[in-house]
Amino acid sequence: MALNDNYLDYPLRRHGYDHEHFEWSMLSQRPPITWPEGKTLAVWINISLQFYPLNQRGEPFKVPNGMTMPYPDLRHFSLRDYGNRVGIYRVLKALAAHNITPTFAINAQLAEQTPYLIQRLKEHGGEFIAHGWNMDHLHYGGQPLKEEAELVKRSVETLRRVTGQPVRGWLSPAKHQSFNTLNLLAENGIEYCADWVNDDMPYFCRAQSHGKAGRLAMMPLATEIEDQFVMSQNLHSEDSWVTQVKDAFDFLLEESREHGGRLFALNLHPWLVGQPHRIACLEEVLAHISGHSEVWQAPAGEILDAFSTATEQT
Amino acid sequence: MKEHLKENLKASLKESLDVYDYWAYDQRPKIEWPGGAKVAFWVAPNIEYYELDPPQNPSRKPWPHPHPAVPGYSIRDYGNRVGHQRQMALLDKYGIRGSISLSTALCEHHPEIIDMCREREWEFFSHGIYNTRYTYGLSEAQERAMIRDSMETIHRHTGQACAGYLAPALSHSERTLDLFAEVGEELFGAKGGLYTCDLFHDDQPTPVRVRSGKRFISMPYSLEMNDTIVYAVNKVEPRQYSTMLKRHFDRLYLEGAESGTVMCIPTHNYQVSCPHRIKAFEEALEYITGHPDVWVATGREIAEYYTAHYYDAALESIAAQATTARREG
Repeated sequence: MALNDNYLDYPLRRHGYDHEHFEWSMLSQRPPITWPEGKTLAVWINISLQFYPLNQRGEPFKVPNGMTMPYPDLRHFSLRDYGNRVGIYRVLKALAAHNITPTFAINAQLAEQTPYLIQRLKEHGGEFIAHGWNMDHLHYGGQPLKEEAELVKRSVETLRRVTGQPVRGWLSPAKHQSFNTLNLLAENGIEYCADWVNDDMPYFCRAQSHGKAGRLAMMPLATEIEDQFVMSQNLHSEDSWVTQVKDAFDFLLEESREHGGRLFALNLHPWLVGQPHRIACLEEVLAHISGHSEVWQAPAGEILDAFSTATEQT
Repeated sequence: MKEHLKENLKASLKESLDVYDYWAYDQRPKIEWPGGAKVAFWVAPNIEYYELDPPQNPSRKPWPHPHPAVPGYSIRDYGNRVGHQRQMALLDKYGIRGSISLSTALCEHHPEIIDMCREREWEFFSHGIYNTRYTYGLSEAQERAMIRDSMETIHRHTGQACAGYLAPALSHSERTLDLFAEVGEELFGAKGGLYTCDLFHDDQPTPVRVRSGKRFISMPYSLEMNDTIVYAVNKVEPRQYSTMLKRHFDRLYLEGAESGTVMCIPTHNYQVSCPHRIKAFEEALEYITGHPDVWVATGREIAEYYTAHYYDAALESIAAQATTARREG
């Protein structure tokens, strides 16, 4: 039996997008901007600190890098926990050696349970952004609005309380959202979201806060050069990861010289890149991206502020 | 479904679609490309639109997780917002006109991209309406209407008579090639519906039987060199892709001295144009176009040249090979 004819109906076939979240715009067609002090490439180093519960529900799907074995999957649980106990301290040393001010995306439950870690991250310096509750509390289409609203609120409020920071940014676990997520973020005073990987510059999207029209910034945090994507999903070697990150950086730096400001966003996971055999690769990457006169390294919120200032001027 | 109905359905499936005959690579009439080129080289950028919340199809899920599939949707959007321009700049640099495998709804969604490509006299061919609407489960009339819609859309926005087809998301029916050839003939006569990119059985064009009897061919498009297959399915490292492309070319160039071959690089602006991959792609383009005996062409140009000069000889050769095989068997 054939499909219903409405399978060939396309009610959203129109100029722009098949959704209303933001405007269609090609990067090459936008007026060029420069970052503070005439820099052309903004560098955002994001450290994702995550808690993968042993009693994973997998609702509505099992998150990548989560539990895969029958309960209790101690090997994956403890290997991820490694990042928060050991890996992060190696990563912090590497960041300090290159004077990098990172952005910490941290699961709120982890932040609440590890006051010493929070203390050390604050001492190191950097911006905290919300990363949901934990890696087994996903945001997804079909999730009851009330449930997601509570989850966002609890995550953001907890992180604000334990860090003492305003917490302006949000990264969803597995970058997964529902159709309500952007509005819920705006309602909780979040100013930017890192989930949509569709640009090499920040841009603004629509978000309703308590029924009133407003806006939220998108700060695209590239997935394809993430340590976990390259080494854990694609199973590429450490050396290849270093090459890919350097190639990406070199290309964006060159493009920024010719076409105006660009954003280089690198997401890192201490449970992966903080391993003894990988940390030197991170150090090599950080050395490569440091010391360029056109590069401005800053936390995501500062990059957004500079972007807002620059775009208001044009 | 009742068991006996399932059995009936299974029994009606064909062991082979039987649209082309066996034709050994080592016994064919020599192909000579224009200017004495050994390889006809074409680049086929897929410019696609995936919907954020497409309808479900009983045979295939459009996205792996509940909608909105932000990760999958947004990286494809990256291709159109950011990647397209980068790939186009590279193709300009190496004197290549792309042959676009087009989700034709993109003409409505992102006409800015269509305009840029039209100005460069790139070719547009049909890749369905959306890459999230599959052929599976469509009746013949529905599939015909979808194909017609896609070809009319291309014509309306570019003035081009669509010559080629790559089924949306490589979703086919048993009638797909017949319908494409028929609709092409109805709309544009001999100028439309000339080739399919859906078959991967050869490194040279080959005749394909369609029920209308139209002179119709398969154009080598290569899944093996397709960046999405390479990167997302086979998970190849970017610089290895560059090596693969060069090796693929080297062998086709070598063999092309005996009889002309076709090399295609099917791309996606969200794969090759990512900052960590574009260098590897450029190296391959520089290498390939740096050889003297390469005919840099579009899908239509290769198809028309082949059909005009070698189609009849191919049919004769295929028939002769079959006769010889029968006699010797």
